[in-house]
Amino acid sequence: MASILIKNGRVIDPANNRDEVASLLIIDGRIQTNPGDDVHADVVIDATDKIVTPGLIDMRVSLREPGSEEDETIESGTAAALAGGFTTIACMPDTEPPMDNRAAAEFVILQADRARNCHVIPIGAVTKQCHGEELAEIGQLLEGGARAFSDAKQTIANSEVMRRALEYTGMMNRPIFHHAQVPELIADGLMHEGFYSTLLGLPPMPAAAETIMINRDITLAEITGGHLHLMGITTEFGVEQIRKARERGVRVTADVTPHHLYFKDEDLQTFHSKYKVNPPFRTAEDIQALIEGLQDGTIDVITSDHQPYAEEKITCELDQTPFGVVGLETLVPACINRLIETNLLSWLELIAKLTINPARILGIEAGTLSENTVADITILDPAMSQTIDPDNFLSKGRRTPFANKELKGGVDHVIVGGELRYSAASLTTG
Amino acid sequence: MVSFRDYFQEGPIPWTQSNLLGLQYLSGEEITLILDQAAEFKRLAAEGHSKLGLLKGTVVGNLFFEPSTRTRTSFGLAAKRLSADTVDFSPSGSSLSKGESFLDTARNIEAMGVSLMVVRHKTPGAQLFLSQRMNSPVLNAGDGTHEHPTQGLLDVMTMRERCGDLAGKTVALVGDIRHSRVARSNIWGLTKLGAKVIVCGPATLIPPQIEKLGVEVSHSLDEVIPRVDCINLLRIQFERQRGAFFPSIQEYAHLFGMNATRLKRARENVVILAPGPINRGVEITPHVADGKHSVILDQVSNGLAVRMAALYLLHRRQQELLSFPPEPQVSLI
Repeated sequence: MASILIKNGRVIDPANNRDEVASLLIIDGRIQTNPGDDVHADVVIDATDKIVTPGLIDMRVSLREPGSEEDETIESGTAAALAGGFTTIACMPDTEPPMDNRAAAEFVILQADRARNCHVIPIGAVTKQCHGEELAEIGQLLEGGARAFSDAKQTIANSEVMRRALEYTGMMNRPIFHHAQVPELIADGLMHEGFYSTLLGLPPMPAAAETIMINRDITLAEITGGHLHLMGITTEFGVEQIRKARERGVRVTADVTPHHLYFKDEDLQTFHSKYKVNPPFRTAEDIQALIEGLQDGTIDVITSDHQPYAEEKITCELDQTPFGVVGLETLVPACINRLIETNLLSWLELIAKLTINPARILGIEAGTLSENTVADITILDPAMSQTIDPDNFLSKGRRTPFANKELKGGVDHVIVGGELRYSAASLTTG
Repeated sequence: MVSFRDYFQEGPIPWTQSNLLGLQYLSGEEITLILDQAAEFKRLAAEGHSKLGLLKGTVVGNLFFEPSTRTRTSFGLAAKRLSADTVDFSPSGSSLSKGESFLDTARNIEAMGVSLMVVRHKTPGAQLFLSQRMNSPVLNAGDGTHEHPTQGLLDVMTMRERCGDLAGKTVALVGDIRHSRVARSNIWGLTKLGAKVIVCGPATLIPPQIEKLGVEVSHSLDEVIPRVDCINLLRIQFERQRGAFFPSIQEYAHLFGMNATRLKRARENVVILAPGPINRGVEITPHVADGKHSVILDQVSNGLAVRMAALYLLHRRQQELLSFPPEPQVSLI
């Protein structure tokens, strides 16, 4: 395996509270943190003015294989992940059939190995078929490689099932990733309930649908001791509930998407489906609360909630097209523009939410640049300027609200397991 | 035979919209322009000029992806009064049932030579979606619970006929505001012409933050009635509701139905409108629907004139954009 020297980069490693200009050497796929000045390497990457971070982790991606390969495959999704700077992604079980047994989890890992892009961590289903009625074979899913459990966008509405699920996964010290929404309150809904849903005549999804379910989930996590991870929270009151629960010691974590930090319900005035997401884009006050949640650590992680769909599924009427946008290839520039350029988060804080925090929630040995760890490394170019062009995406999905936006910052190199697997710039050998 | 020049000015018209997607997107001046044009068509019809040659050679597509009786008939008749050919489309038995998309269906109809699309669809924004992908002007004949601009225009036209200038007048919209595209178009049309609008109905049928549209909200029809010049009684959209929004039809009629007792509390010359189809005995009793204050049938007549005006203005705009000025020798038939 070729040795790689990364020179003169700004090394940011939140796991070790490290932020300094330094060099890293990769030998036999592992990191040496202090290589010295006169070291020789097969490949030299000049990272001057670049940011060297632990390989980014996106813990909430839908890959669609098996079942909907026209939307995405594990190969195309992991290629998109690499281009987006991710060395590890966790994929949701919302495939056809759903990933609710050991063989299904092993299939994902096998296909990811074949693709040789980035690591893929399966998230197994909580319930059979993701129907929210009977627990899936969680223990066997764990043996098949699953590191967390979720019914993806299906809310586990039955409180008894959710309680048992938290107890059962708590026994294995694994989290449940939950999409917290009261189904009855969002039935047929297409957007956030407020002035703009009234204006546009679109069926609404009230914020209360989220906050009521967050409240229930926190209560169940509290009595069971299970680890609840709330996916893609969007509401001011939701953030406040999580903050208070954590102060009481409840095992609850949460993530947010970059697009929910950017866009508001009013953007749907165009009726464009690139603004149709679930949960929906909300208000400026909600966005402000999400940012405060990121700042004080109430929200641990930023995820893409990558939801790819084939062209024919997105070129239709608003109610006919599925919810969701792709996000793997826009997450980094979106975060840089929304959070770093505006000084809302420091680089150390942002990188923590993309590396060590998701690694801890998933329980994987990743997300750090510590000595002798597996060399999963991302090099970012904060000065890179780009206009988001979905036609250039490696994902099969093309629908993004960031289309045609000028965003600063991008991915320069990605190293997975000591192998250079993505490069936006030319290399020098030494 | 009356010369075209006698009635319609030559040269560019102040109308600059390529599509008619909703009254939200029109200025008060543009709304007035359509109403004036409609009034002109109505006057011509009253004089016996019921058929005009203004859209001769044009094919109007009536694409109704959702059931309709009066709007479809009204548009079809309006197109024929302007001498256009018409093509009707309904989804049952069409290629939609074979899996063809809405967009491909519309594109195929356009490719057959249809140059003006009248579209009804159950999804808000469907006509906007279509207008961004078609060459032909798109006329919204109702998009879900969003807008129904020609219904809004005909309602406003009817009120204007009875009340004159609507600036300073007060209009109540009563009933299922939440699910009503007519309510939204009425609100835009009326407020842009300077009228005050009160929306009235049970709290479950008033959507959130509607006050931001510049309207007053009331849950008491009895309190509202004495204050208004016009009352527009909107139909309960049973087909758009999920679950129960009020306990029973009887209770709704008791609290929000317009009946003879309530009418006594109204101003002497109050105008009662109801964009059909009406549920007799629910929103309105037969006594009121057929009484002297009712203008329900005027609304239907005005619908024809408004739709002629909308078709004509969009067609002329399309001709301008294509650099084919309308031929002044076209004559009234």
